Parts: sequence; C-alpha cells; structure tokens
Amino acid sequence: MKMEPLSSYLILSLLLLSVGIYGLISKRNAIRLLFSIEIIINAAIINLVAFSRYHNPSIVTGQTAAIFAIALAAAEAAVGLAIIVQAFRLNKDIDVMELKKLRG
Amino acid sequence: MTDLLFLTISLVTVMASIIALESKELVYGAVALSISFLGVAAIFVLLDALLLAVFQALVYVGSIAVLIVFVVMLVRKDKWSSIQYGNERFLGILTSFVIVVVGLYVIYGSKISNSVITSIAAPSFYEIGFQMFNEYWLGLILTGFILAVAVIGALTMAKYEHE
Repeated sequence: MKMEPLSSYLILSLLLLSVGIYGLISKRNAIRLLFSIEIIINAAIINLVAFSRYHNPSIVTGQTAAIFAIALAAAEAAVGLAIIVQAFRLNKDIDVMELKKLRG
Repeated sequence: MTDLLFLTISLVTVMASIIALESKELVYGAVALSISFLGVAAIFVLLDALLLAVFQALVYVGSIAVLIVFVVMLVRKDKWSSIQYGNERFLGILTSFVIVVVGLYVIYGSKISNSVITSIAAPSFYEIGFQMFNEYWLGLILTGFILAVAVIGALTMAKYEHE
C-alpha cells in the first residue's frame, strides 16, 4: 500500500522544475532549451495529477487538465522544432546567443 | 515514509533530466530525456493515473522524443562538445537553488502537504472521458484546433523554398 505523503510528489516536481530552470538559464543550444521546457511541463503535470489524487480521487479534473497539457506540449514541441530547423537553415547555427536577426 | 519504489523512480527521473541537459553529446541527451519521460509515466502509475501514464508514454516517448532525435540528427554541429560555460552555469545553479529553497519552505509550511491517500478507489477512464466531452468540450475542440494549426505551421515553416 502506498504511504507517501503529498509532499514527496511536490518535492519531486520541485526538483524537476529547478533542473528545467537551470537549463533555461545556463544553456545556449536551442534544443537544450526545448529539453528544459519539456522537463518543466512534466513537473507541472506531476503536480496536477498528485493534487487530483490526494485531494479527492473521485474528481478527475486534474487528470483532464493533464491530458490537455500533454496535448499542448506536443504542439509546442512541433512548432519549436520547426523553428529550430528553420533557424539552422538560415544561420547554420542554433546558438540562441547568435540568433540576432530579429533585433531591431 | 516514502517507499523504495517511489524513491528509485524519482531518482532515475531527476538524474535522467540532469543528464539530458549536461551530456556532451546531444543524442545521448535526447535518450536521457526519453528515460526521464518514462520515469514520469511510472510516477503516474504510482498515482493511479493509468490512462495518463499510457498517454505520456505514447505522446512523449513515442512522438516528441523521436521527433527530437530526428531534429538532433539534422542540426548536428561539433561546436557544442567543446563550448565552455562560465557565469551562465553559476547563475543557473544559483537560481535553481533559490527555487528549491523557497519551494521547500512553501511545501513544508503548508498544511495539506502532509495529507495521505485515504480512499482506495482510483478514478476510472470513464469519468475522465465523460468530463472531457461534457464539461470541457470547448477545451477539447480548441486543443484540436491548436494541434492542427501547430502541425500546419510547422510544415509551412519547415518547407524548403526554392529561390
């Protein structure tokens, strides 16, 4: 039987969030930034499902929201990867510090 | 308190996501990222959300990770294996440390974080589908629109244009 309190899932989600934020701040490769965004979305979804399970399991709103979040993350990954491919084609590089074409 | 299975799965998940960001070779990073996604799916199984676990494995490991591997193959460069990170890495570690400290303070300061699972019954698939198609039908339609627009936009952007 499961005995973990809610806080253990929240701490796992917090650790994943901090790893994602670290990647967003310190990395310059656009694909790594996309990795970080996916990790952060996963942390948020863990939170949704954990609160839904611990608060009142007969109300499934958390899981429904998590399914929407996963679907939107898939759309976001598709658009982000298309942007990365296009940026590589234009600049021969995916270093986000070098992508200055849109600077005014 | 926390049992061994949960500890193992969460350790694998967090370590795999760190490896995904820190590995020298980007392809290994993509593989580690898909392992991290699988770990999150296992966490969903522990939380009695079986439909979500299947959904996670299908969408993330099945499509997003494979898509990422293909794009990594398309945009490979040798530059990334030798690049040096100085101040940015320190700033990132500092920020994530601050986030962890503040988050732990909030989690242990709140009353609900000690709650444990009281009921055995897990929600069934039927209720999720019922709620999705009755209460949140507009969200479902909008999600479909957004997915369609994203796919069309991605195809338009990635299309090769002759001069």
